[in-house]
Amino acid sequence: MFEILEKERIGPGVNRAVISAPDIARAHLPGQFIILRTHKDGERIPLTVADKDAEKGTITLVWQEVGTTTYFMGTMCVGEKFEDMCGPLGKPTHLEKFGTVVGVGGGIGVAPLYPITKGMHDAGNHVISIIGARTEGLLIMTEEIKKVSDELIISTDDGSFGVHGFVTQVLQGLIDKGTKIDLVVAIGPVPMMKAVCNVTRKVNLPTVVSLNPIMVDGTGMCGACRVEVAGKTMFGCVDGPEFDGLQVDFDLLMKRLAMYKGPELIALNNFRETPRGCQCTFPGGA
Amino acid sequence: MSDQVSKPTKKPKIPRQKMPEQNPIERAHNFYEVALGYDNDLALLEASRCLQCKKPSCIKGCPVEVDIPDFVQLVKSGDLMGAAWKIKEKNSLPRIAGRVCPQESQCEAKCVVGAKGKNEPCAIGRLERYVADYAALHDDGKRPELPKSTGLRVGVVGSGPAGLTLSGALIKKGVAVTVFEALHELGGVLVYGIPEFRLPKAIVRAEVDELQKMGVEFKTNWVVGRIETVDDMLEKRKYDGVFIGSGAGAPLFLKIPGENLNGVYSANEFLTRANLMKAYLFPQADTPIAKGRRVVVFGGGNVAMDSARTALRLGAEEVTIVYRRTMDELPARTEEVHHAVEEGVKFQLLNSPTEIVGNDAGWAVGVNVQKMQLGEPDASGRRRPVAIPGETAHIECDTVIVAIGNAANPLVPTSTKKLETNKWGNIVADLETGKTSRDRIWAGGDIVTGAATVILAMGAGRKAALSMLDTFGIG
Repeated sequence: MFEILEKERIGPGVNRAVISAPDIARAHLPGQFIILRTHKDGERIPLTVADKDAEKGTITLVWQEVGTTTYFMGTMCVGEKFEDMCGPLGKPTHLEKFGTVVGVGGGIGVAPLYPITKGMHDAGNHVISIIGARTEGLLIMTEEIKKVSDELIISTDDGSFGVHGFVTQVLQGLIDKGTKIDLVVAIGPVPMMKAVCNVTRKVNLPTVVSLNPIMVDGTGMCGACRVEVAGKTMFGCVDGPEFDGLQVDFDLLMKRLAMYKGPELIALNNFRETPRGCQCTFPGGA
Repeated sequence: MSDQVSKPTKKPKIPRQKMPEQNPIERAHNFYEVALGYDNDLALLEASRCLQCKKPSCIKGCPVEVDIPDFVQLVKSGDLMGAAWKIKEKNSLPRIAGRVCPQESQCEAKCVVGAKGKNEPCAIGRLERYVADYAALHDDGKRPELPKSTGLRVGVVGSGPAGLTLSGALIKKGVAVTVFEALHELGGVLVYGIPEFRLPKAIVRAEVDELQKMGVEFKTNWVVGRIETVDDMLEKRKYDGVFIGSGAGAPLFLKIPGENLNGVYSANEFLTRANLMKAYLFPQADTPIAKGRRVVVFGGGNVAMDSARTALRLGAEEVTIVYRRTMDELPARTEEVHHAVEEGVKFQLLNSPTEIVGNDAGWAVGVNVQKMQLGEPDASGRRRPVAIPGETAHIECDTVIVAIGNAANPLVPTSTKKLETNKWGNIVADLETGKTSRDRIWAGGDIVTGAATVILAMGAGRKAALSMLDTFGIG
């Protein structure tokens, strides 16, 4: 179980792996996440599922190397196994025919956006996808997103591909053009989601965001993932991960995400000094 | 002279034998077990204090009704293996119960030796622990033969004390059992909640191994309610019965300003990081924890004591328990409070937190408290704390642990069709049988009672097992 069947590097420090997890693949719905541990003394980290194949019994994970666990995962090779994988967790995305749905994905957030885009498309929505990254090399999963979108607009901050600018500017452009939009789904770095909500709030456009707070158990037992939505404390793992973006306190989320910055650096340095896993790509080549 | 010789001298009273412990100054900085356990001499002395009552009342104080006088008699006669088996007839987890049971309010509260007033009761819990540890150390591999399989199959939600006890009771009657656990480790609160220094995890592991050897199947990383519902277990997996022992496990907060600041933990999170995730070994183990210099703990129960003592062991210079009543009303076990005091935990009593103060970076830097006094008794019989107008104080700190209890985790109850719950979200179940509003579904432990003790959960597991066997017609 939890064996890596395929693995590729799809960008600098960005990996995609297909993992054998038949029970999770069978039960998983768009928007849900898993929690994994790489090894016995590993931490539990949440990752949103980027794709699944219930028949083959596999799930696809996409991750960026930022901390000890994700770097370690970067060194894992086909044939290696994860110690633990628990899921699906969290509430699934509310899928129905809204009309026109705009999916906004930034950076690595495009991966979790993919199954939702697919779900929204299958539910009969007219789907417009806006995906962006800092630069062309960091764009991921554009082909997959294209297949399940009626329109696709790509932007890069440096103008190296597609529209020169931020995804928020593209979204603003759509709104200014008078495009009838019924729902926005935004997933990406917290500042991006916050910026998207600042755009949609002005025209009171319903906006769903998928939050990524720090978690431990992921089942509502510990409360590490506290977020504030409409002034109320919610647990990201069981009340989310998706929330009404117009009501989310993004500043609090950013502060809480920085809680272990110090220890994370210590752990990462420690990890680099005592390499684990398969050494062939260590650490984070590309 | 003759008088003195002829008059039979009264046998000197043997006092209750103290439990050897690690010295408080040393142990406040390590995670090794605090209580060291009796040796054979102490155990024999203590066992000799038992009066072997004809109508033993101690048994009535035990939620799983261990035959206490019988096992103590076996200790006296030197048959420690026999004593262990005697306990195991009723309690499949004696090494755990011997450590975490609140005996002082159960079996020992009913002990006749103590009831006479002048003397302290027989130390039943310490004897149980001694016997069970001895048996584990001198394991001869002999096990009672298991009966033939009945073909019946039961699914268990949660591998905490309720689920483990039930599994043990069922497998011994030839019922196949599969336990589904959400976390990666087996034992529930025994591994994520109760700290290593009170209950070494190796002991939990050994008890689980024992059940595994008997044939109980375990499935970790399996969140019932998400990956599969209880209804799926009955319909697709065709279990003859399902037992829900999913625990309390949704932490409560005070809902005061500042509770979402960095450095503020629920006791569940703090203890899970420290125990289950071994954050005290960081960075050898990957999970970090905020190692506070000055730590404030809200609450006065066992979990508050565990949190405070864990914070000390992680290196805190000062740990203060803030509680709104007095020492007399602390809900924690006397022994746990005593241990905390010995180790240097401070108590700021008759104080109720009103706000957690933070800095610009979003970290907690202090706690504002309101001074209280005790007024009239409330519904719980304890005197209600009342605010003294205008009397407030500030406590500087960098870490706050909120240990004020748990609500029911809604994941399993709400994903099970037509399962009756009460207004707090706890599953409604008969306390004598564990039967719920649904056929073939039993429940027990904290998910039914709200946060209680390990032994009550074990008692609920045992009762539900008996009820299942009865329903299956193989009681």
